[in-house]
Amino acid sequence: MESMITNLGMHAVAAEIFLTCAICVILLVDVFLNDRLRWVTYALSLASLAGCAWMTLRYGVDERFLAFDGMFVGDAMGDLLKLFSYGTVAVTFIYSREYLQRRGLFKGEYFILGLVALLGIMVMVSAGNLLTVYLGVELLSLSLYAMIAFDRDSSIAAESAMKYFVLGAISSGMLLYGFSIVYGIAGTLQIDELALALREVGVSHLGLVFALVFIISGIAFKFGAVPFHMWVPDVYHGAPTPVTLFIGAAPKISSFVLAIRVLAEGLDSLVANWQDMLIVISVLSMALGNIVAIAQTNLKRMLAYSTISHVGFILLGILAGTTDGYQAAMYYTFAYVIMSVGSFGMILLLAREGFEADRIEDFRGLNRKSPWFAAMMLMFMFSTAGVPPFIGFWAKLEVIAAVLNVGLAWLAAAAVVFSVIGAFYYLRVVKVMYFDEPTDAVAIEAGGTLRTVLSVNGLAVLALGIAPSILIELCARALP
Amino acid sequence: MIRLEFVLMLAGLLFALSVAGIFLNRKNVILLLMCIELMLLAVNFNFIAFARQLGDLDGQIFVFFIMTVAAAEAAIGLAILVVLFREKKSINVEELDEMKG
Repeated sequence: MESMITNLGMHAVAAEIFLTCAICVILLVDVFLNDRLRWVTYALSLASLAGCAWMTLRYGVDERFLAFDGMFVGDAMGDLLKLFSYGTVAVTFIYSREYLQRRGLFKGEYFILGLVALLGIMVMVSAGNLLTVYLGVELLSLSLYAMIAFDRDSSIAAESAMKYFVLGAISSGMLLYGFSIVYGIAGTLQIDELALALREVGVSHLGLVFALVFIISGIAFKFGAVPFHMWVPDVYHGAPTPVTLFIGAAPKISSFVLAIRVLAEGLDSLVANWQDMLIVISVLSMALGNIVAIAQTNLKRMLAYSTISHVGFILLGILAGTTDGYQAAMYYTFAYVIMSVGSFGMILLLAREGFEADRIEDFRGLNRKSPWFAAMMLMFMFSTAGVPPFIGFWAKLEVIAAVLNVGLAWLAAAAVVFSVIGAFYYLRVVKVMYFDEPTDAVAIEAGGTLRTVLSVNGLAVLALGIAPSILIELCARALP
Repeated sequence: MIRLEFVLMLAGLLFALSVAGIFLNRKNVILLLMCIELMLLAVNFNFIAFARQLGDLDGQIFVFFIMTVAAAEAAIGLAILVVLFREKKSINVEELDEMKG
């Protein structure tokens, strides 16, 4: 028994096994709770996230470790990404609680589907085989489809869930079609063996380029990059705000890791090919995201277009094809997730009974009502725009430096121009908060926990911007 | 033995048909679900053909996983469809246009 466990490498999978068991227990416990005791589900979900974090730290690996015959990879990058995902999901749950309670949506589904989605992310993070990649992608996507539609009385939620479902299924199909051709050419699904086999095949193999187009389309869709971005604004707009918050945060980590595992590790010999494709996608994303965002009046929709432009920046780091570039992309992903969680957290903070706070004009005169939270929103907006000394500035600097180092100066220049264009709509939110008159005099109703965590979130954006080396060094250590 | 190219061509054709079906269909959401299934089955064809060509079992195992996931996907798709129909009293693709911008 003992030897079987060590051979399989069970300890590397400890956190995943723990989370799976925890989900089953929570699912069962939730059935027996009445609405007054629903907080137990919430508390158990947070406790299981803490348990996962403990498992990952306790059984963390220093060097690359293959479990289950190479299906599952444990490495430093994986551990860091997983720990960050636990934190993100925990913050998401904390922000969402009050909103859900006020709207009668405080049900077990949100938390259970959230945890299953997290499990999908963890599987993707540790994927060592294209099959594991696929299973992780589907575990995440299927939970997200259900999560968007879980407010059953909202017709725009149902509509956006349907759109996301259809487009998501197409992208999974594309990804799989690409995988199948790669499998036919390389003769293996194992990512490390694949990389070796493809080096022999050579770059000019037409079938490989054909497969690559499908794989890149699939990855670009999961990222929400142009021209596969159609779902992003509708899903962000249509889903209940807590779900938008969830989708905007942790799944971005999984998209990043999908690109790293498949493109950087598996198809690294084709770097010249996928670099060109990613350049096009990245420039289009930065351009369209930043320009269309200017025309939005709905804040969730504006943040959706801002996501599209940020995805362009994350892709900049990946397309550099160097370790520096991957580190920069990872840093950007972390920075983006912290800022995105904060921005949507602000919407949840201001939302109250019958008031969604999801239009830009809802932020009018926030400074009069609550100078502290107006300052928090100011920091989130400045940081997302890339104004120093906030974290978003360093993230942009890192990816642009990575692109410059591989000699793509024009791309770096384009990135700078687009981020200047983008600054406009973030500053408009700040202008509305500080220079417009408030439309009503209702104070912020949110409770203490939400206020505290959101304040910590806002201060983190500032602190990690003043001392950027903390997070940059973590990324450098995780991706040597 | 059927030549590999023929099977791949068939799979490619099915895949192209399903993609075309998704983008050309303007009437019915259920047709979209059928196209998605067809797409996954086309991929299965590819995997089976390659697994046989390579004499490798991994591709066949992948197919089992795809079929399982496809079943789960269909279940969730239909569940969303039911919610959608209750809200809109219609499953017409063209009426999915409440959000703009």
